[in-house]
Amino acid sequence: MATIKSSFINLLLTLAIVTLIAGLSLGYVYQWTKEPIAQAQMAKQLKAIESVVEGYDNNPVNEKYKVATPDGKDSLEFFPARKGEELIGVAIKTKSTRGYSGDIWVMVGFDQAGQIKNIVVIEHKETPGLGSKMTTPAFVNQFLNKHPEKLKLKVKKDGGDIDAISGATISSRAYVEAVQSAFDTFKSSVNHATAN
Amino acid sequence: MEYLIIIISTIFINNIVLAKFLGICPFLGVSKNTSTAVGMGGAVVFVMTLSTIMTYLVQHYILIPLGIEYMQTVTYILVIAFLVQVVEIILKKVSPDLYQALGVYLPLITTNCTILGVAILVIQNNFNLMESVVFAIGNSIGFTLAIALFSSIREQLDNADLPEYMQGVPAALITASILSMAFMGFAGLV
Amino acid sequence: MPQPISNTDTFLKGIIKENPVFVILLGLCPTLGVTSSAINGLGMGVATAFVLVMSNLAISLVKNIIPDKVRIPAFIVIIAAFVTVVQLLMAAYTPALNEQLGLFIPLIVVNCIVLGRAEAFASRNTSGASILDGLGMGVGFTFALLLLGAIRELLGNLSFFGYKIVEADGILIFILAPGAFITLGFIIATMKWMKGRKKSSTR
Repeated sequence: MATIKSSFINLLLTLAIVTLIAGLSLGYVYQWTKEPIAQAQMAKQLKAIESVVEGYDNNPVNEKYKVATPDGKDSLEFFPARKGEELIGVAIKTKSTRGYSGDIWVMVGFDQAGQIKNIVVIEHKETPGLGSKMTTPAFVNQFLNKHPEKLKLKVKKDGGDIDAISGATISSRAYVEAVQSAFDTFKSSVNHATAN
Repeated sequence: MEYLIIIISTIFINNIVLAKFLGICPFLGVSKNTSTAVGMGGAVVFVMTLSTIMTYLVQHYILIPLGIEYMQTVTYILVIAFLVQVVEIILKKVSPDLYQALGVYLPLITTNCTILGVAILVIQNNFNLMESVVFAIGNSIGFTLAIALFSSIREQLDNADLPEYMQGVPAALITASILSMAFMGFAGLV
Repeated sequence: MPQPISNTDTFLKGIIKENPVFVILLGLCPTLGVTSSAINGLGMGVATAFVLVMSNLAISLVKNIIPDKVRIPAFIVIIAAFVTVVQLLMAAYTPALNEQLGLFIPLIVVNCIVLGRAEAFASRNTSGASILDGLGMGVGFTFALLLLGAIRELLGNLSFFGYKIVEADGILIFILAPGAFITLGFIIATMKWMKGRKKSSTR
């Protein structure tokens, strides 16, 4: 086994050298993987955006900007979709912290009039077979091509127009809350734009 | 209020052992004797809280400013190993009885996934320092609760008449699954 | 003088006879935590196997330069470095799997199997043997995770490697926390039962 004396200086020195070598090698690997990691992250965001807005030819991720929610507690990322010079829609990354098992992150695609084009769940920890059903067409179709001014974004139990997932009211509520938050922020950003 | 939610969710809803699967090795290993289990739990509360504070400071004052977040795993585990050594030395002087009782389990806390797991989770959840401390305390209490409950069941289990192939670990695991199911009932509490 | 074990034995023992999960009962956290599907189990197993082989190799190379007293911290740093390499590689090239496995990837560094093999084998044997030992244990670990993941996915989701076999919900408990405990418990019980039968049939 070890053949070097275990004096205190040697211990500290050895550990320091090992850590230094590890650190330097890792720095090298990090530089090497930095680009692919950034690309993988951008690809993931683009994939979510692609599923909620279509027909654009810009890179919405490169043009993203943040808008504060009307209650001022948070800010959401807006990904504008353009065809040529024209703004044809926006994908908004929103979330609710009131999911059954934690945060639910959702990407909502609106056209410029504010109509919901599509909704995609980016991240959730809801119960498989129950809350996880919020990704199924059966649930999502209720929202598509509807305008939140006409479609009351609350579950029927709370007086709204949305059929909650049976056995997963909390997940459904959180999902709907996230979509509502996206629309409210969208509306306020449009108001600010037209007010200027 | 936020803190109360963190405490309840870490102890009951997202119990670190029964829901997150961290700390299984000590969970199955230490839990044959309730008083040792509680002693281990106490050590974990202490180590987890301290290490969460220290790793949080390392992340925010060293790793992020220097842009070397990829060194997180290496630095965290060094901090934890160092801390456990210090705790061992202090414990030997202050309470030799507890030191004896914990025996080999104390250095094993270094490789306890709960400590490293919680340290990483507070960064992932974007907690501030105070929230991180509360999160650490909550999780370590949840750990203690899980192994204390489990060990008192296991003490009974050892006297039960089970087929030979079921004895020991298989029975323990199935008991754990029932305990885990029970804790699932807490979901939706907050 | 005991017979030195052959290279094939060094490799094979990690798979069945000294399977780290089912026999030695190590590395249970990821075993229970990521086996809700076969792919996750496989991915985790391969990632861990990589760390096992690389750290076993590195440690067997430096075993004579590291003073005894600082042995464990030094090993841990080496292991942590390789785990970070896996973290970076997975974030870059397998991002979906990276998200699924989440926290458990950095937790490979505290997987008792890795430090256990480093201490028990790599610090006392040649590099060649250490590689084989790491590989054998890695394969054994992957096998355990794959088995557990496949069973849980089949029963809980009625799918195999992501392909749905029947378009319906399975027995959901299996892909949740309690399911992990139960499945592992029954697998170990079955193995103990099989061992018991073998013993009584050779009497």
